[in-house]
Amino acid sequence: MRFYEYESKALFAKHSLPMGERAVVKTKEEARAAAEKIGGPVVVKSQVLSGGRMKAGAVQFADTPDEAAEKFEHVLPIVVNGEKARSILIESKSKLVQEYFVSVTWDGRRKLPVLLFSDMGGIDIEEVAESHPEHLSRTHFSTFLPLTPRLAKEAVGKTGVTGNDLNRLTPIVFELAKLFLEYDLTLAEINPIGKLENGRFIVLDGHVDMEAEARGKHAGLLKELGIGDDETRQARPPTPFELEGARLNAVDHRGVAGNVVEFDGDLGLIIGAGGGSLTLFDAVRNHGGKPANYCEIGGNPSVGKVCNLTKLILSKPGVQKIAVMMNVVSNTRVDMVARGVIKGCIEAGKDPGEVITIFRIPGSWEEEGFKILAKHGVEFCDRSVSMYEAAGRAVAKLKAS
Amino acid sequence: MAGMFIDVQVDDAVAQDRDLSKKLVDVCAVDIFAQSEDGALQIVDKNLDECVLCDLCIQAAPDGKVRVIKLYES
Repeated sequence: MRFYEYESKALFAKHSLPMGERAVVKTKEEARAAAEKIGGPVVVKSQVLSGGRMKAGAVQFADTPDEAAEKFEHVLPIVVNGEKARSILIESKSKLVQEYFVSVTWDGRRKLPVLLFSDMGGIDIEEVAESHPEHLSRTHFSTFLPLTPRLAKEAVGKTGVTGNDLNRLTPIVFELAKLFLEYDLTLAEINPIGKLENGRFIVLDGHVDMEAEARGKHAGLLKELGIGDDETRQARPPTPFELEGARLNAVDHRGVAGNVVEFDGDLGLIIGAGGGSLTLFDAVRNHGGKPANYCEIGGNPSVGKVCNLTKLILSKPGVQKIAVMMNVVSNTRVDMVARGVIKGCIEAGKDPGEVITIFRIPGSWEEEGFKILAKHGVEFCDRSVSMYEAAGRAVAKLKAS
Repeated sequence: MAGMFIDVQVDDAVAQDRDLSKKLVDVCAVDIFAQSEDGALQIVDKNLDECVLCDLCIQAAPDGKVRVIKLYES
């Protein structure tokens, strides 16, 4: 879940990261008043979640309060990558002698957080990595061992930064890494950190992404930042189909049968378990299938919950058949899922034996589940059939119908 | 009315026993049992298919007095 820049900076401020004076404004008058209070030149920045603000002209500079008000009116209507500005950030403009980059994110291959630092900030970091790899350091760290400033110092020092600059940058970088761990972030980035003429450093722009599953744990922080429970912060607004999926998942606390994402295919998917959802979704596509949806089932969803999810997917226009496939399950019960999907089909007025292309959930209580499936004429298989093969069978069955 | 997959049958003597009925309500994790105001046992039809086959209700009652029937085996 991505934070707006002003929210990221509010979080940085809680941790005493150095920043210029700033204000979030929603009207021309507020923009003028904010610039007047800040005094001197200001930056007028559109608050959108996507990147590319500068290129879109949604970041402007103003030397006077009147100019700030004028720039506010210019920036507010600019649509950046299809996104309208939520508000405008007015921030003091600083004279810089150099810009730096720091980011903390996850390295999926190493399964560790990685701290990226560069003394060439303010530009695309991919470009730096490509053209000037010696100016970018990568430092992995543990989520279990205590985090120390030494790690931050190493990351900065690797790019050749020394002396006072090294000593002044280290606490900023260290604090960002701490924030990353403390708030279950998937990205914490400052680009750029600016070096001022007096040798001090200041955070100029920052981005924070929080793991969506951590929202509950950090409900207090989100409330403090004014982020509502209903703000999904996804790439696009949820469709009515997705909202209904979320609602069905939320009304019953047992297990998961949700995280529904809508696609425009004809094969409904009821998928999940230990990365199974993504694997199976990709497998269906590799076999030439067109998924109507993505979803996740796991934990121990009730029969009613699986039934409602099945009905929802079958109600989607264009869905001809469904495939029920999971990785090997341990705590999810095969028989309960079997009951749920069959009940869902029947309540939707469909014959489970006709509409379910394949049921491939191996694991706990599978023998009981297989009895239910056999009774209703549903094709099923155990773990001797791979997920990839099961997806292929589902696609072939749909194409043959 | 039975569920689509599960039916639960309880002898009348058990259903009329206030204490035993309460015990059945207490042991069922998926609320298949309820008690009316006079203490008599009621089966909650809409929850029958949620039965996890834990057998706690069978163990809570005298032998054979509560029966959980898997309709898909018949």
